[in-house]
Amino acid sequence: MKSKAPIYFLLFAMSALFLGMFFGLTASFQYLMPEFLKEQIPFSKMRPFHVTSVISWIVLCATGSIYFFLTYVEKFKLFSPLLAKIHFIIFLLTGIAIYFSFAFDYTEGREYFAFTPVLIVPILIGWVLFGINYFKTLYKNVKGWPVYYWMWGTGIVFMCYHLLEAHFWLFDFFRLNFIKDFSIQWKSYGSFTGSWNMLVYGISIYLMSKIKKDSNVATNKIAFFFYFLGLTNLMFGWAHHTYLLPTQPWIRYVAYAISMTEWVVLASIIYNWKRSVLKVEKENHPMAYRFLLSTDLWIFLNIILALLFSIPAINFFTHGTHITVAHSMGTTIGINTTILFSALFFIVHQIYPDFKTDRKWIQRGFISFNISLFFFWISLLIAGGKRSYWMYVSKTGLFSEMQDSLVPYYISFFIFGIGIFISLLIVATPIFKAFLQKIKP
Amino acid sequence: MSTNSRPYIFAIAILLAIFGFYNYVVYNTDGYVAVEKLSPMAVKGQQLFQNNRCWSCHQLYGLGGYLGPDLTNVYSAEGKGPTYIKAFLNSGVKSMPQFTFSEEEKNELVEYFKQVDETGIYPNYDAEIEATGWVKLKYRNETSEH
Repeated sequence: MKSKAPIYFLLFAMSALFLGMFFGLTASFQYLMPEFLKEQIPFSKMRPFHVTSVISWIVLCATGSIYFFLTYVEKFKLFSPLLAKIHFIIFLLTGIAIYFSFAFDYTEGREYFAFTPVLIVPILIGWVLFGINYFKTLYKNVKGWPVYYWMWGTGIVFMCYHLLEAHFWLFDFFRLNFIKDFSIQWKSYGSFTGSWNMLVYGISIYLMSKIKKDSNVATNKIAFFFYFLGLTNLMFGWAHHTYLLPTQPWIRYVAYAISMTEWVVLASIIYNWKRSVLKVEKENHPMAYRFLLSTDLWIFLNIILALLFSIPAINFFTHGTHITVAHSMGTTIGINTTILFSALFFIVHQIYPDFKTDRKWIQRGFISFNISLFFFWISLLIAGGKRSYWMYVSKTGLFSEMQDSLVPYYISFFIFGIGIFISLLIVATPIFKAFLQKIKP
Repeated sequence: MSTNSRPYIFAIAILLAIFGFYNYVVYNTDGYVAVEKLSPMAVKGQQLFQNNRCWSCHQLYGLGGYLGPDLTNVYSAEGKGPTYIKAFLNSGVKSMPQFTFSEEEKNELVEYFKQVDETGIYPNYDAEIEATGWVKLKYRNETSEH
């Protein structure tokens, strides 16, 4: 009998997603009513709950999907099913400990890792166990890896490194030099994102090759070219987050040069656009395919945005505004989440071949998700533009006056945030129930 | 269909070697402007900034949350400064929770903001934007980038 650990990971991930969206809505409500429950659940308390939960959704769903693909689809014998179970238990207990850490204000950490720093130890142990299981399993079973195996392996290794790097501030060598410390903090965050992108984008290539039944998608030279481009950006492209930090200029020159290589990705998307849209293969995995199509659209929109503000002259005006939030939400929801939902639909179809993914309500949820996300994203872009205007053009008025002038965009952001939440609930509920059914004894 | 992994392993090994060297240099490179290391008092202030999740709403160099203003130069900004910072800390205005920092803690936070302020300027209104897309920052105590 196959291990149920992948399904547990996926259920855990989906729970984190819904909790994360709930915390996000609660937190964003304070943009509309700043004094609403601010002593009981201040924004500063809700934000770590939100951020940690939604990041957990991405990494847990990616982890569960990879375990699933290896064991259920490729039918490899896992090097150690016991390690996978321990991995899950460690992450589950650490997740609970992190929530306690936030609830009781043990938040000595920093943005994105606000929990008490000792909790990074079990998280790292979990990733190392995943790495051992992953590499040992593949080493035994596969010769000549397709690109997604490289991407997953890279994601796991760099995840370990950058989680460590994000905690270098605990050492005085880094901490006492503010600029160095701050830039390494943001270096690690940029590469942390790059690491989970390796896992998630690897999943998208895996799904494409399976849905199209074309292994060439993952073995051709172009796929490897983009893998190496992504890896180079993961390693050296982080500093566009810190263009305005007084680091040594060469660090920023390197980041500028590396970031600009991503124009190649944009060119490739435009070049392949027509071809990929025409190849609609509805019969096999309709919803998995639709989610991948919407990923295409969101990659297109977000890469234009990211490329533009990787140019220092544009970054100068967008940095420190909601345009950055539009980028991070656009990529985590529009790209990562659509790929992961595509994976979930693919997986549920593997478990229950008769599971009808193309239901009317799921389709409606899918459409309303994309529409809500579009207006959510636009609201943030406009709010960011107005904030930038206040910072660099008008330069008049108090911060609070500028914030008050943004309330209509915050209302729109909040309403479409609810739209995303409800849409994803509609889409995810049948999958969640199917997974629950699977783990019943 | 399998691939020939050797060239890829070779390319990854080269990238990793460059990455190792790059990290070594980055970790041993100080900021562009020489400033004092954070004092023990400023480190305590920084820890208070973290423990109370001030970064959730506030930014330093534009990095952090967007519910509150950027605090990079709150120490030296016109009309602001130590007294202003201390008055704000326990005020509980708008969405800011009502903190109960002691006088000692307020001094530690002020010391942290003072040392952050010495490192640079944000927003960097006097930066020069070049036709190449590059931005020449204006540094503390300098007129332009070398």
